[in-house]
Amino acid sequence: MNKSPSRKQVKVNELDSITIRFAGDSGDGIQLVGSQFANATAIAGNDLSTLPDYPAEVRAPAGSLGGVSGFQLSFGDESVMTPGVKPNVLIVMNPAALAMNIKNLDKGSVIIANSDAFNAAALEKAGYASNPLEDGSLSNYRVLPVPVNTLTENTLKDSGLTKSQILKCKNFYMLGIMYWMYGLPVEPTSNWIKTKFKKSPELVKANQLVLAAGYAYSEATEMFDARFQVKKSPVAPGKYRNLTGNEAAAYALITAAKLLKRKLFYGSYPITPATEILQTLAKHKANDVVIFQAEDEIAAVCASIGAAFAGCLAATGTSGPGLSLKIEALGLAVITELPLVIVDVQRGGPSTGLPTKTEQSDLLQAVYGRHGESPLVVIAAASPADCFAATLEASRIAVKYMTPVIVLSNAYLSNGSEPFRIPKLRELPKFDLPPLPPPDQFKPYARNPETLVRPWAYVGQKGYEHRVGGLEKADGTGNVSHDPENHEKLSKIRAEKVAGVAVEIPPTKVYGSDQGELLVLGWGSTFGAITQAVNEARKTGLPVSSAHIRFMNPLPPDLGTVMRRFRKVLVPEENFGQFRMMLRAAYGIEPAGLNKVQGQALNSEEVLARIKEILRGH
Amino acid sequence: MENTKLTAKDFASTLPVKWCPGCGDFAILNQIQKVMAGMGLPHEKYAVVSGIGCSSRFPYYVNTYGFHSIHGRACAVASGVKLSNPELAVWVVTGDGDGLSIGGNHMLHSIRRNIGLKIVLFNNRIYAMTKGQASPTTLQGSKTKSTPMGVIDYPFNPARFATGLDCTFVARGIDTDVAGTTAILERAARHSGTAFVEVLQKCIPFTDKEFDVLKDPEKKQDLLIKVEHGKPLVFGKNRDKGIAIRNFRPEVIEFRSGSVPDEAAVYDETNPDMAYLVSGFEGPDFPLPIGVLRAVEKPSYEQLYYEQVAAIGDTRENELETLLSGPDAWEIK
Repeated sequence: MNKSPSRKQVKVNELDSITIRFAGDSGDGIQLVGSQFANATAIAGNDLSTLPDYPAEVRAPAGSLGGVSGFQLSFGDESVMTPGVKPNVLIVMNPAALAMNIKNLDKGSVIIANSDAFNAAALEKAGYASNPLEDGSLSNYRVLPVPVNTLTENTLKDSGLTKSQILKCKNFYMLGIMYWMYGLPVEPTSNWIKTKFKKSPELVKANQLVLAAGYAYSEATEMFDARFQVKKSPVAPGKYRNLTGNEAAAYALITAAKLLKRKLFYGSYPITPATEILQTLAKHKANDVVIFQAEDEIAAVCASIGAAFAGCLAATGTSGPGLSLKIEALGLAVITELPLVIVDVQRGGPSTGLPTKTEQSDLLQAVYGRHGESPLVVIAAASPADCFAATLEASRIAVKYMTPVIVLSNAYLSNGSEPFRIPKLRELPKFDLPPLPPPDQFKPYARNPETLVRPWAYVGQKGYEHRVGGLEKADGTGNVSHDPENHEKLSKIRAEKVAGVAVEIPPTKVYGSDQGELLVLGWGSTFGAITQAVNEARKTGLPVSSAHIRFMNPLPPDLGTVMRRFRKVLVPEENFGQFRMMLRAAYGIEPAGLNKVQGQALNSEEVLARIKEILRGH
Repeated sequence: MENTKLTAKDFASTLPVKWCPGCGDFAILNQIQKVMAGMGLPHEKYAVVSGIGCSSRFPYYVNTYGFHSIHGRACAVASGVKLSNPELAVWVVTGDGDGLSIGGNHMLHSIRRNIGLKIVLFNNRIYAMTKGQASPTTLQGSKTKSTPMGVIDYPFNPARFATGLDCTFVARGIDTDVAGTTAILERAARHSGTAFVEVLQKCIPFTDKEFDVLKDPEKKQDLLIKVEHGKPLVFGKNRDKGIAIRNFRPEVIEFRSGSVPDEAAVYDETNPDMAYLVSGFEGPDFPLPIGVLRAVEKPSYEQLYYEQVAAIGDTRENELETLLSGPDAWEIK
């Protein structure tokens, strides 16, 4: 063990960015420590990106490999776009956490371990024959063992708390160490502890004490011979907040309803990893937010459709299996032409699949997965904070075009977080609805000749009583019609209306040169990994550019032109090539693919490797 | 509530009604239009929501807001309408297949919440629109197109289903009993939580004779028992039969017409156990109960919901920026 006192001066290294991973038992408070650390880095002015990674089981057996929970984040200057590929620093609270994460660690990385947790029983559970902190097997890493349990117990020996209460505070000791190491402020977490435990003053005191003790220990001990200062990001001035993708989607829905000046109605059924949208909205019930936890996915979407008929901005959220259940009702929303936002937080499928892991494999389900000719709009979010912009845009389009809109997020975006600049009211889009005609001229299916949009009269409005439903409608009157020509005409109108949303799509931005050898074309959550990879490739002079697609249906009108300016197109996605299939169908081109279906996000190293491979002619 | 003087005609839409001539649905349509007119609520405050099936064509024929939704989901769609705007009177029209088979889950959870929906379930004991398959209320042994050798499923008794779920208002009527069923629907319309009304209704092509015996002036008084709150359970053409409860079991007792013994049970619509017991009556041993089986007051879902909202008070989050900032935003200058 590296216990020999060193006499080195503490030096401060400045880094562009750094990746840290906290890992421990799912009961060790890893997610809490991770998110606190993330907030502290954000407040210190860093750009950051986080990725919680937790087991599907609520509480797997303590100390088991299956029960390891992780929280990874990258922070630093503006180059931070993803939570990083491999951590530079791994913090492990027990042997299982080390066993699960060591394979993803480059030689030379730092491991900070709670050495007290490396006892015989825990080592055996993690599959270690001997203690890796002592047997030399980690000699290629910089190992910093810290007896966190003992130090925490010493700190709180006079607190009057029980041993198990004391040990629950140990994660804050580790956090104190990390704050010192990166020169981060302790106060925000200290304040947070005050609010969190406000009902038990003794726990406030104990946790604050332990946090400060961890910080002081690091300052006093000579074990940490290096302290890091991470470069700050030159971010735009404004008010910021760290948001996960699910929180961002929830706040976008509230914002949209406020801009529309209607109630928000969110019908939902708990499903991983979309549940936090429901939970976030549930905190804001006083704010014209009506939430309805329905008996199942079908009731959730149907209640939302009912709410749209009653004049609310109506939304529902789910994940892949839930979207499958909702799909019949989406047909109803298409034919009744009611505005509806559906947030699909994709996860590994099919079926229960990998419920806590990420994927992009619902694209075809979202764009095509319905009975009948049933077009709707599909928008993909690119980053956790972008879930706000994407969901807000989806809401605006849903109302303006009287159509269901699916927002594609996924587990990577929904659980990951990054700083979100709180927009000013004047920066937000307008949600103007055209006025209804006078009641005697009102026809529920009379259309705006340009946009083909029907008027939105809702239950309670005097003089506009009308009937809607799943049967085919006669154009204009909206009466039931079985007429063959009318059905084809209405089917075409619905398709043209959705295709017409293309006028809302801004020109496709190409990062790098707008023509050349290779265009990396991404959509959704791969934005960070692709941008970082293309950035690095361009730094070494490789002729590569990238573009990122938000509108999956309709596709951007200029996409064909943009792609044809490049000799080759590469589409990285977390499925077996669903977007490539759409591109082939729409443009008759054959892009190269980079496909990953492992429940893990594509990372920039993988994208960069594929870029190099293609440029070498493979 | 606005004071609007309306008649049943005002609630009739201009669309041609497309049910088979003689269908029991016509009678129920007339009754509901009449009840709506008498509520003093203007057209626009009504929403009629249905699922799929013959009965679910209903919204097209009522001059209010209407939603002909998808199979089984009427209660879910209607819950969204009601919770969005609790001032609205929201009616659900469904059938035995729509409401109790594909839509069973939504039905039972709507009842569990006591959400303010007036659910009228037209029970013709058959899938009529798909032309004659057994439904969850088709009696055992019935030969239908999907059960040529006879139904083996045990049927649901819809009124008992609702009573068993502690629905706060449960009633059963018969399509042709205009006065009786209208009275039930009127009470349902004024009920604040979930009202569940089962209406026995014949289907001309498939279950034409299903309820004939209950409508036979000679026999019906011996086969039906009209339950009335506070009145003894008495039936029979000569009012000479009643129900007594002995050893926790109901028994039919007979007596001289006009001298009802003390032993005859007095119906109490607020007593859940009595409602459950009586709603289970059926032939040949017992008369089939009609009337209001259960009526109790319990705060509705929407009432509890908006009371919670009111209790939160002003969060000062009306300002969008305050709302978005939350407790832990930071400023970069």
